[in-house]
Amino acid sequence: MTVNFAILIPFLAAAIIPFLDKRLGRVHIGWFALLIPLGLFIYLASFIPNIAAGETIIHTLEWIPSYDIHFTAYVDGLSLILGLLITGVGALVSLYSIYYLSPEESLKHFYLYLLLFMGAMLGVVFSDNIMVLYVFWELTSISSFLLIAFWYHRKRSREGAQKSLLITISGGFAMLVGFIMLYAMTGSFSIREIISVISEHTDHPLFLPAMLLILLGAFTKSAQFPFHIWLPDAMEAPTPVSAYLHSATMVKAGIYLVARFTPVFGGEALWFWLVTGVGLFTLFWAAFHAVKQVDLKAMLAYSTVSQLGMIMAMFGIGSAALHFGYSTESVVYTQATFAALFHLVNHSTFKGALFMVIGIVDHEVGTRDVRRLGGLVSFMPITFTIAMIGSFSMAGLPPFNGFLSKEMFFTAALNISELSIYSLDTWGAVIPVVAWVASVFTFLYSMMIVFKTFFGPYQEEKLERPAHEPPKGMLIAPVMLGLTVVGLFFFPNLLGDNLLRPAMAGIFPSFPEAELGVEIYAWHGFNTELFMTFGIVVVGLLLYVTLKYWRGVYVLFPERWSFNALYSYALHQMEIRSRTATKSYMTGVLRDYLVYIYFFFILLIGGALVYTGAINFSITENAPITPYEWIIAGVMFIAAISILFAKSRLTAILLNGVLGYSIAVFFVLFRAPDLALTQVVIETVTTVLFLVSYHFLPEWEREHDRKRRKGLHLLISAAVGTIFATIALAVHNGKLFESISHFYENSYELAGGRNIVNSILGDFRALDTMLEVVVLLIAGVGVYTFIKLKLGKGDQRLEDQ
Amino acid sequence: METLIIILTGVLVSVATYLILSKSVIRVILGTAILSHAAHLLIITMGGLKTGGVPILDNGHDTFTDALPQALILTSIVISFAVTAILLVLALRTYQELGTDNLEKLRGFYDE
Repeated sequence: MTVNFAILIPFLAAAIIPFLDKRLGRVHIGWFALLIPLGLFIYLASFIPNIAAGETIIHTLEWIPSYDIHFTAYVDGLSLILGLLITGVGALVSLYSIYYLSPEESLKHFYLYLLLFMGAMLGVVFSDNIMVLYVFWELTSISSFLLIAFWYHRKRSREGAQKSLLITISGGFAMLVGFIMLYAMTGSFSIREIISVISEHTDHPLFLPAMLLILLGAFTKSAQFPFHIWLPDAMEAPTPVSAYLHSATMVKAGIYLVARFTPVFGGEALWFWLVTGVGLFTLFWAAFHAVKQVDLKAMLAYSTVSQLGMIMAMFGIGSAALHFGYSTESVVYTQATFAALFHLVNHSTFKGALFMVIGIVDHEVGTRDVRRLGGLVSFMPITFTIAMIGSFSMAGLPPFNGFLSKEMFFTAALNISELSIYSLDTWGAVIPVVAWVASVFTFLYSMMIVFKTFFGPYQEEKLERPAHEPPKGMLIAPVMLGLTVVGLFFFPNLLGDNLLRPAMAGIFPSFPEAELGVEIYAWHGFNTELFMTFGIVVVGLLLYVTLKYWRGVYVLFPERWSFNALYSYALHQMEIRSRTATKSYMTGVLRDYLVYIYFFFILLIGGALVYTGAINFSITENAPITPYEWIIAGVMFIAAISILFAKSRLTAILLNGVLGYSIAVFFVLFRAPDLALTQVVIETVTTVLFLVSYHFLPEWEREHDRKRRKGLHLLISAAVGTIFATIALAVHNGKLFESISHFYENSYELAGGRNIVNSILGDFRALDTMLEVVVLLIAGVGVYTFIKLKLGKGDQRLEDQ
Repeated sequence: METLIIILTGVLVSVATYLILSKSVIRVILGTAILSHAAHLLIITMGGLKTGGVPILDNGHDTFTDALPQALILTSIVISFAVTAILLVLALRTYQELGTDNLEKLRGFYDE
């Protein structure tokens, strides 16, 4: 078995879930779904020794070889970390959801979507071919859309799903364009090959656009400012989904993308500032706004955004090392990337646990509103313990893994601010300050999650159900995540040496692997970072105690001016504007559409005539005009003009007859006897038809149009006629080759007919004639049907009279 | 000669266009009929109006007028006749069912 098939297994399992659901009977379908990520986790874990030894594994299945698109699975440290997170947290979430979702829910859909998502996510992290990566990327968007709207009868679920889909898909398209640009530059779809040749293309005009577009994709997916707005709304999803997608996996896809493309774009000032700057601002902005939330899931959503910003910022800081290339001094800056990878894992563990805890609280007492909760500690001691572990880890307190990564984050921020590239000498000092302030808010909301929920007065009258511990099965997953949080604090180097160091080698290919990575110590002496943490705790506690005095500051950020409001406004306006625009020209009046058509005819054909200078008059080759022809032309001219002024329809129809018969006379003069015959007969029949119809139709009235409209129509008709005649003249005077009609003069030898025209119709080009007969037949049937078959407007069938 | 006929077709096209842009269905149909007249005239003109024999062999002529445009026009005449017939019946039925021949009033359904 190769990794390619491992990626496909969730899809296969998703395909059989609906069939299995009926067979299993009383057994919860989730138990089957649980087997998939569990098995994959064990399978992927078996790669750890190889990866730790510095190997990478690659396997290619050909998909569209003619376009150089292959399904290539590439396992290195970075993709393995994500792969283990996806399958590991996936298994825990499946287990948790077995107890969380009631059997009355549409479980087969839930697990189908979940497995679909899992497979897509594995595809994203293991794909080496960017086109395949993009396919899986969109699949994650679609499956997460389905999961968010799992309770589709709720309006807010549908809205949240729509919003997340619109934002992530827009970013995904931008990313696709960026990928295509990368291909245009390097001629390769393989990320490894792109990395190896990109140094020759950094001056390419497409380099910067490709960077910006790929970053746009990463930022939208990872909910970076200002695209973070979809994530809080996605909290309408069932809590296992929030825990899985919106903390551990999908939002890490953008982070993964940034990490994966750091060797491509890293070392550029714009990349550094965009990733670091956006990350830092997101970190601060979301932490600040998390504090004002009253819904625990919303609070966690903002905290996720904030933590993602922190990871993003660390990847940005780490990319500075690529600016120098390898040297003993530059290695120190790679520590930021190491910290980012470490925090990536840490965040997945504690955030997954926190979401599950909130889910338990919601499940047991029926509310997530912080104002209605309190004093749950004596009822739910185990839940409380996990919540405390998760929150304290998020706040960056020992003895939890969040402490380690936060200290490393501060180290990186302090180191980078002393650099002298990228105008860091002027702006560098901002980085640690923002990082510190944001951490204070992180501490604050982490404390709120624990203390507002589990301490304070117990308000039973506000709860739907009395509080008690949940079933044991529900606690297994969060307990295991909680244990991981603590375990990672005590044995961080186990993770660091086996996975993070190989991942670093992928991000910094030019650096020797032995020099990458950091030994993590829980105790690193009394240094600036430690004092910063002390400061956070002191200031954070102070803010927590005085919360009700300064809460008013949030009034300064009214909902009306938020990005959410901007998004809704823009969406609403786009609908209204496009509707107005469509309504303004789609009037439903046939005449208007005809005016458009004629207008474009004049503009395009007339324009082309003038532009190409094809206007060309010459009368030298003309045949001479006899007096007969002068007279008939004059008659037709007068008849045509008179139709416009005809007061009654009878005059008009007779004038039309005059035109038809004059043409018949022309046919005689031009030596076309068959035409003349047909024209006379047809004109007669047509005239009769007109007269018959007119008998039933009302008398034609004067057209009551406004002067301007009439003028416009006159102008259009004159222009159309002029252009028509001009083209005809130009074409007539610019003959390119002789006619082929001499061939048909052999009609007697070839077809046995002396009448050339009839030979053409019946012999040389008989197919036309046959179909023309069909046209006549259809018209006859049509006329008959129109007149004979009269279905009433309702069910009533009116008989012909 | 050709120039004269071409100018004549231009006039016919103008008249037809103006009629097609009218409100009443009858005028529109009349416009289409005139438009097909113009087209037929144009086709025969583009074939060249040089004098030659009627395109029938054994008439004592060596040269003939171009037979191909004539065949084309013959086909076209029949087709445009069929279309005009259908249009007229359609207009008739529309008027009987809906009671108007005013195109501005024939606006279809609102689908909301």
